[in-house]
Amino acid sequence: MSRPLLQVRGLRTVFDTRAGRVCAVDGVDVTVEPGECLGVVGESGSGKSVTFASVMGLIRPPGRIEAGEILFDGVDLRQLSRRQMQAVRGRDIAMTMQDALTALNPALTVGTQIAEMLEAHDDELPRGGPARARAIRARAVEMLGLVGIPSPDDRLKQYPHEFSGGMRQRIMIAIALASKPRLLIADEPTTALDVTIQAQVLELIDDIRARLGMSVVLITHDLGVVAQHCDRVIVMYAGQVVEEGPTAAVIGSPRHPYTRGLLASIPRPALRGQPIRPIEGQVPELIDLPPQCRFHARCPEAGPDCLRPIEMRRVGPGRQVRCIRTPAEAGP
Amino acid sequence: MSVTRLIERLLQLVPVLLGVSVIVFVMMALTPGDPVEIMIGDQLVTPEQEERMRRDLGLDRPMVERYFVFLGNALQFDFGTSFYHRRPVSDVIIERLPATIELTLMAMIIALVTAIPLGVLAAVKKNSIFDRIATVGSLLGVSLPGFWFGILLLMLFAVQLNLLPVAGRVAYEHGVTVRPITHFLLIDSLIQGQFAAFRNALAHIILPAITLGLPMTAILMRVTRTAMLEVLRADYITFAEAKGLNRQRILWRHALKNALIPTVTVAAMETGSLLGGNMIVETVFGWPGLGRLVVESIFVRNYPLVQAAVLLYAVTYVLLNFLADILYTVLNPRVKL
Amino acid sequence: MSFASDARAPADSLFRRNLRAFAANRLAFGSAIVVLIFVVMAVFAPWIAPHDPAATDLFRRLQPPAWMEGGDWAFPLGCDALGRDILSRIIYGARISIFIGVAVILVATVVGILAGLAAGYLRGWVDIVISRIVDILLGFPYLIFAIGLMAMMGPGLANIILVMAYKEWVIPCRVVRGETLAVRELEYVEAARAVGASDRHIMLREILPNILSPVLVVATIRMADVIILEAALSFLGLGVQPPTASWGAMVADGRAFILESWWVSTFPGVAILLLVLAINVASQGLRDAFDPRFSE
Repeated sequence: MSRPLLQVRGLRTVFDTRAGRVCAVDGVDVTVEPGECLGVVGESGSGKSVTFASVMGLIRPPGRIEAGEILFDGVDLRQLSRRQMQAVRGRDIAMTMQDALTALNPALTVGTQIAEMLEAHDDELPRGGPARARAIRARAVEMLGLVGIPSPDDRLKQYPHEFSGGMRQRIMIAIALASKPRLLIADEPTTALDVTIQAQVLELIDDIRARLGMSVVLITHDLGVVAQHCDRVIVMYAGQVVEEGPTAAVIGSPRHPYTRGLLASIPRPALRGQPIRPIEGQVPELIDLPPQCRFHARCPEAGPDCLRPIEMRRVGPGRQVRCIRTPAEAGP
Repeated sequence: MSVTRLIERLLQLVPVLLGVSVIVFVMMALTPGDPVEIMIGDQLVTPEQEERMRRDLGLDRPMVERYFVFLGNALQFDFGTSFYHRRPVSDVIIERLPATIELTLMAMIIALVTAIPLGVLAAVKKNSIFDRIATVGSLLGVSLPGFWFGILLLMLFAVQLNLLPVAGRVAYEHGVTVRPITHFLLIDSLIQGQFAAFRNALAHIILPAITLGLPMTAILMRVTRTAMLEVLRADYITFAEAKGLNRQRILWRHALKNALIPTVTVAAMETGSLLGGNMIVETVFGWPGLGRLVVESIFVRNYPLVQAAVLLYAVTYVLLNFLADILYTVLNPRVKL
Repeated sequence: MSFASDARAPADSLFRRNLRAFAANRLAFGSAIVVLIFVVMAVFAPWIAPHDPAATDLFRRLQPPAWMEGGDWAFPLGCDALGRDILSRIIYGARISIFIGVAVILVATVVGILAGLAAGYLRGWVDIVISRIVDILLGFPYLIFAIGLMAMMGPGLANIILVMAYKEWVIPCRVVRGETLAVRELEYVEAARAVGASDRHIMLREILPNILSPVLVVATIRMADVIILEAALSFLGLGVQPPTASWGAMVADGRAFILESWWVSTFPGVAILLLVLAINVASQGLRDAFDPRFSE
């Protein structure tokens, strides 16, 4: 088997706050294969965004990565210097954020914001002078065209606020893809958009993934999005991965009570007439958590035997789940 | 920003400026003492002559009429005669204005070039020793009485160290040789290649400019720091980091460009408050500008000049605040007027 | 009336909690104590000051501070050009600075509250008129306005207070108007209106107690500026007239002697700086504790 593009092992990211040490990500393992699309689902506070901010090296004080390995193409990103990491960001791993309105700099033109990405990373550009400027401009126009911005040539000198919400999201994607990264981390790419545009943006990402052959991590709280676009999915809860597997299998027969709860809480046309059941309760405070199943307070199936550390266990081909109620699969 | 909106905003200034002129007029009208008597002073005049002067000055007219005459004259930059100088007030003011503007601009430049980098550094190194010193420094800056700080600087640099001149704008011998072109000594001496005069003028302006600019420096530094702290938390900074841009570019281009919006706005407003500081600083440093002239005029009861200067300062102040508004919208592509 | 007491009950405990937060800020609390020392100095000046601040003694003309050659511990900070004791004059000068500061802020705050409440609550033409006046007064740089008026009205204690108050009330007025606009539609105000309380009752009893925190904070912040401004006016000779001791005038007196007698100007300036700095630090602490919206 080929080497995974990204392999995160035992990642723990903590934030020192006045109330205590918040363990936002606690022992997370993630693998992303070349060319695949991995879905990451969970409520807010589940640690899904922090996990990938850690991968990007974007954790700022009071936060810090306490333990774990982040292997990108076999290189541990945690061992890189700040300069080396700067070169990885944007060139090898790019990221889009939830809301393009706040992620794009309001004081710089769209053209500048694409161009600086190319400036920083593209080695194929002519060395200097007007040729370089022309090449950068041409690439910027090409990128805007790629994400479907009409008449991109004229729009380079416009500011983000002069575009519609969907267009801004496309521009952010264009920026992220400008240096042809091998991995795109799309953090809630559609949450800020209305439904029709959501679909367009997701198709755009699919399309470009196929064309550029990159891997995509799609962070979302929407299992419907995952079902349509992702090969595999991991479900996170309270800083841990609780279920992992091929999308069809996980959604078809969820093994973790939390995954079942998530599925039951989304409205689906197929299940019209059935009541939507939100999961009762809230994600626990991530301070000084006792070593036990973190879902047990909200779990309909919890018992006294859940009050101990629960490990991930294999439950099928490529499937793992963090619940003792699920019988482990015997052997591969 | 559209032209119609700009005109609309300009029109909104009209009632304010009218109100300002009313207050300035009333200030004068309520002044105890008869202007004619002040004009006459020790001279011997007949009651008839006195009566004629009164009529010539329009003092026998009703208040409202006198206000409109005052307003009409002021619009033509006619503020009557300076009793003291026996020349039109507007001439005297125009003569003194360049020195005041030169000092004010110098103070502003000093404030901007020190406050903005210091504010940015304080924000980037939040809670560091540097940040703490900067915070204490800015508190000191707004708490120092300018007139006293000026005297301290004089005692240190002019008296003790004997490095800088005590008062004035330029030494006499240079003052004679530099021909006035722009009336800004620093510029005039430079374009005429009189470097000794330039150095001398610079030595004269440096202490007053620092004194005048100190409160503005302190305030701008705080504004820059606060704005930078807020901007550095913004999503677009995280996104810029995710793009793999280098730190300097993120700081000075992505962050500062946004943080400058409030900073420049406050700077324009604070320039207005430099106008008041001028009177103090020019008095302390014997700077031959409008501010010192006003203070001196008060004591010789040269009221037409005081009135004209107060009106001029207030109008400038209103216009500077208007400019601050405009700057805010020009700098901020998000706000469309 | 009792219907509003519930709404105010938490405000009281909030006040106490804020006060505790303030006391916990050591720097701000220390500064408050410095301010208090100045106040005590001002109030008890006749008992504290070693000499009569107006007593001249030409034999002690420009006598240096005690630790310098020719100094005398009976006159610790030296004497001015008329042989008056600088320390005693600084102690008496605190009276002028603090009295004027308190008087101006008091008058301005009361006027500002009434005008701001009226503008913010009654709206309509009252609001238009008041807001216009505020705009016009804001059109003057403070010092220019004060200098212009002082020139016309002539120097004197009452005139200084009046002149500064003429402009100063604008600041609390704007704060109160804004806050009033924010709370006038809230439930407890609606409730008072529903039971037929008079406008006056609603403004003074229902709205005012709930917007006092920011007004208090602004008043303390402004106090520092007013004191500097008074000193500046005195420095220019437009303030309190001699022989009354005022810090600004003392600094001005020393200007003629900076070549040989630095102490005459220096010490009164130190007093201004100390008091103003202490007020600034303390008021910043107050703001952080009482009105966290504005803190950084």
